[in-house]
Amino acid sequence: MISLKGLSIDLPGFCLESLYLDIRVNEFFMIVGPSGAGKTLMLEAIAGLQEISRGEIWVGDRNITFLPPEKRNISLVYQDYALFPHLTVEENVSYGLRFSKEQDRPYVKHLISLLKIQDLSDRRPLTLSGGEQQRVALARALAVKPRLLLLDEPLSALDPVFREEIQDYLKKLHSEGITIVMVTHDFGEVLSLGEKVAVLKDGILRQVGDVSEVFRCPADPLVADFVGMKNLFPCDFVDNRAKTSEGLEFCLNGNLVRPSGFLGIRPEDITLSREIYSSSEEGNVFTGQVVSIISRGTVFEVVVRVGNSRFVSYMLASSLVEMGLHVDEEINLRIKSEMIHAL
Amino acid sequence: MKFLSHVRNKWFCVLMGSFLVAYIIVPLAGLYLRVDIQVAMKTLKDMEVLSAMWRSVWTAAMATGVIFIFGTPLAYFLARNEFRGKSFLEAVIDVPIMVPHTVAGIAVLMIFSPKAFLGSLLIRIGLEPINSSLGIVMACIFVSIPFYVDSARDAFSAVSPRIEKVSRLLGASMGYTFFRISLPLARRGIFSGLIMSWARAVSEFGAVVIIAYHPMVAPTLIYDRFATFGLKYSTPIAVQLITLCLFMFILLRLLASGKDLGFRGEETNDLP
Repeated sequence: MISLKGLSIDLPGFCLESLYLDIRVNEFFMIVGPSGAGKTLMLEAIAGLQEISRGEIWVGDRNITFLPPEKRNISLVYQDYALFPHLTVEENVSYGLRFSKEQDRPYVKHLISLLKIQDLSDRRPLTLSGGEQQRVALARALAVKPRLLLLDEPLSALDPVFREEIQDYLKKLHSEGITIVMVTHDFGEVLSLGEKVAVLKDGILRQVGDVSEVFRCPADPLVADFVGMKNLFPCDFVDNRAKTSEGLEFCLNGNLVRPSGFLGIRPEDITLSREIYSSSEEGNVFTGQVVSIISRGTVFEVVVRVGNSRFVSYMLASSLVEMGLHVDEEINLRIKSEMIHAL
Repeated sequence: MKFLSHVRNKWFCVLMGSFLVAYIIVPLAGLYLRVDIQVAMKTLKDMEVLSAMWRSVWTAAMATGVIFIFGTPLAYFLARNEFRGKSFLEAVIDVPIMVPHTVAGIAVLMIFSPKAFLGSLLIRIGLEPINSSLGIVMACIFVSIPFYVDSARDAFSAVSPRIEKVSRLLGASMGYTFFRISLPLARRGIFSGLIMSWARAVSEFGAVVIIAYHPMVAPTLIYDRFATFGLKYSTPIAVQLITLCLFMFILLRLLASGKDLGFRGEETNDLP
């Protein structure tokens, strides 16, 4: 287990504040947050590349806080791969072996074949595609058999085809028992790869938990916004009902003790229909007007105004075409009580 | 229209640039054309000239060697660290470019004169800093420092710190990382700095003449022959020095060019 105990870094204009985190062996741990949240700083601190101001880093029962990077047996793969441009692929991959106590050549061969870079061995990094460079960087990082693999946004510089390919490789590597901590700002990657996730914003850990838990029940509006809960309304709670400041009333799935807070609804949990729903049977039903329909790749984002409130909903392209929905049209929204999250 | 405009711009640049290139080539070519062949042939066998030439070459090489040893860690430090007073320090390093070289010579003389602490110390251990090859080397070091340090600093700055970090994480020590990663990746800039530094030292006159008129280096001998015998007897030595420098320059540039890695720090993001 790798533990961060009150890890703090004070830099001019930015602080990483008192981070507590436990990463279990063989876990695929994700660290998410917007740009400038301190994610890379945190990874570099774990790797020993960044001087920490307070706190400790433990691996099992060993305090590694003051261990130099070369003694930690932790590998890091950067977003820009950071391959050695003057060395061949083979020299890059075997670079760390001379310092490694157990030079497991068969394992390196296995990695090379797993990541399909055997045909690239004599080439220089600058002649490789982004996906190939990323695979070489992964092989180089894993060749030294690190106790922990840190990945700093490994997919963000790749085009979609390579991104899916590298995701598959990461899944394969994880299934072989490698502990991975990956930084990303894309929650989609968290959902497809991660087991646990920590949300970092402005140097503060906002929430740590299982991916599904953070995805469904974000701890605060900042996390909710980050995990894609695009409908957030400040409101007052009375028993199992919530009233927004703009006058909308929602029925919740249980009673709430606190008097006020936020309601969060994921766009994909809002159903749009021309049918007239009976609110007592179907949950929360509202009628509004379509304000805009914007393509978001495989889905369309439909914005509906209800009174002074705006709801964001996602529809599949096929459903949208079938329904023939257009801007300014009146439409009914249905939101099931269990899909409404009180924050 | 676009094509015509492109051609026009190109020729404008070529025309303007040609003026400066001609400004260098014409006077130098003039030197070669005005050389008295008979005097030139005699000069080729003149032991005093050959000795001055050789002294110029090796004292410049010694000065460059010293700058390389002390300047490389300094250049690396400047490339990798931000601190208060960095701009001031960089300005100090560049001072030898700005001051007249006779002033540089006087400054170095003040430190290494027999009355000064360092000068008396050197004399006590049997080294003579004034009117000696050692003095020439010292003067050359002073004027050549910025040419190497600036070039090496820029070369180290172009090496991504992430590459060094990865090397450390793979188990390499700081020293190993420097010699296996940073230095090879910065080698072109370092080599270029060494060439410039050597070239500055080999052609130095102002600072050298203050500290060591004797033993003579080539530029001092050219001046001496000019003052004593006139243009006819100084030109052949000047031509010899230019030929030697050109030959060394071309040779070193060829050696330095090597294979272009095309590496420029973080640009790997934009690769296919």
